[in-house]
Amino acid sequence: MNQFEIFNYWIYVLIMMIGFYGVIAKKNLVKKVISLGLFQTGIFLLYISMAVVEGGVAPIADFKDPNAVYANPIPHVLMLTAIVVSVSITAVALSIVVRIKLAYGTIETDEIEEMDGAE
Amino acid sequence: MIDTHLPALVVVLPLLGGLLAVFAGRGVLPWLWATLVASATFAATIALLMKVQAEGVVTYAMGGWQAPWGIEYRVDALSATVLVVVAAISCVTTFYARLSVAKEIPKDRHNFFYSLWLLCQAGLLGITITGDAFNIYVMLEISSLTVYGLIALGGNNDRRAFTAAINYLVIGSIGASFILIAIGYLYMMTGTLNIADMSAKLTEFYFKDEQLYGTKNATIYVAFAFLMVGLGIKMALFPLHTWLPNAYTYAPSAVTALLAATATKVGIYMTIRFYFTIFGVQFSFGQIPNRVILMACACFAIILGSVIAIRQTQFKKTLAYSSVAQIGYIVLGFSLLNVSGIAGSIVHIVNHAMIKGGLFMAVGAVAYRTRVTSLDALSGLGKRMPLTMAAFTAGGLSLIGFPLTAGFVSKWYLVTGALESGLWPLAIVVLIGSILALIYVWRMIELIYFAEPREDAPTREAPWSLLLPTWVLIGASIYFGIDATLTGGLAESAARMLLGNP
Repeated sequence: MNQFEIFNYWIYVLIMMIGFYGVIAKKNLVKKVISLGLFQTGIFLLYISMAVVEGGVAPIADFKDPNAVYANPIPHVLMLTAIVVSVSITAVALSIVVRIKLAYGTIETDEIEEMDGAE
Repeated sequence: MIDTHLPALVVVLPLLGGLLAVFAGRGVLPWLWATLVASATFAATIALLMKVQAEGVVTYAMGGWQAPWGIEYRVDALSATVLVVVAAISCVTTFYARLSVAKEIPKDRHNFFYSLWLLCQAGLLGITITGDAFNIYVMLEISSLTVYGLIALGGNNDRRAFTAAINYLVIGSIGASFILIAIGYLYMMTGTLNIADMSAKLTEFYFKDEQLYGTKNATIYVAFAFLMVGLGIKMALFPLHTWLPNAYTYAPSAVTALLAATATKVGIYMTIRFYFTIFGVQFSFGQIPNRVILMACACFAIILGSVIAIRQTQFKKTLAYSSVAQIGYIVLGFSLLNVSGIAGSIVHIVNHAMIKGGLFMAVGAVAYRTRVTSLDALSGLGKRMPLTMAAFTAGGLSLIGFPLTAGFVSKWYLVTGALESGLWPLAIVVLIGSILALIYVWRMIELIYFAEPREDAPTREAPWSLLLPTWVLIGASIYFGIDATLTGGLAESAARMLLGNP
């Protein structure tokens, strides 16, 4: 197994870790939400990569060619669900961020913590 | 006819009910609908438990697609018990919610509130009943997303609810994503998502790999590592509990009662499922020093959770940190790996759900009469709200583990389990935890009965529709403290099943 074969997995870890770093390090809530989205997108790549079958084609039954090799469709289907989940999380997160902006007048976590500490 | 579809009903009822609740309009109708749906779900879980006790494991192929290809619903002694607990608590808290929600949430949001409320129950029940690993993730996200929304609804009273909700959202989503990654790696290795199938293949793969190549299969280890962190976040195991105290404190009262009693319990159920059923005891505790890690986390949770609870000045936060400690007890129980320990942890899942649910309902009744949440708001309430405070005291005694309360039964099992394993220092940790609980509970009881009421203290008892559900849970916890044959019997049969010697 050379490193190029598992190129996708390197990229998945890279994307995921960039997102993870953003979630932890960024103080701006919108940037946090963006990073969370990036983090989850990395996971989609993991699943899609594992579905690859060498020489496989799209899994639509081809009755003319009994020896056809198909890519595994299940991870793709799972990721459709995960994309929906990820979008919902972003939507809920952004709507809470809007309410935070209205209630606090800021979306910087350090400023919010300062205001909460004063109460 | 309906009998064969019972497992599907348990999830479908609250799922559809939740969607329909949006159209129930305003006024009392959404609540009435939610009560109806929650009661029907509760009845279905009871029927399911009786069926499991009579016939053993009940399986159901969703949509007629047979396992391991389709989604399988699988109910055994453990999941049936957890299902009944979740559905019972949901049912009682829904009864409770009417006045509490009417007071704390604007009128035009009630239909949305009950919609989220029922969907959350659907998610929690779904995690418990499903026999499909990816389905666990989907149901987990259904319950988590609705919980984020429910917590944020508390922001109408206190804006800190918004920050609590976004913190939980960020941490919780990362935890759920870790679980998703782990399921991905497991799918990579086994090529199946069905839990029973996965479990069989995993053991086979793992030990075959070691025989053939003499090396350990790294993918399975990575999956396990991601699971440990992801599940730790979801069940709020120390030191991954940071989202819990604020989320419990600032959520609406009814939501806190539901969350404290069910959400983390289902997290623990998931953990037991993954560790014992999917990976198996041999791998989870033999190949990985998981037992030591879990025990250390549990001991820290018990001691530090209780110490931090003592230092709080808001009573909701005291109870929230006490929850962190109680999760420590439950984790300590199953990491003992003997029948008494695991039974103790399952009994405590049931008992703590009743105790904390009841306590947070009593707190909600106080919040209904007075807005103040600081500890000294409890001063002299023993005279003003005697029935609410009697329930609060009974719940508090149960937290300590006073004899003749449910908490005593759980601790009895845990101490027995620790001594059976020859780990007597753990028994001492359990006892120290009880003493620390005595301190923070006594501080509240002292204020309630021996302090003069404040000027802004409520003058009337809480309304009966808040009192009755509170007493149902507290009464149940007292009943199961005196006669633990039902809970103990269920827990012991589930523990034997998990250890693989029925």
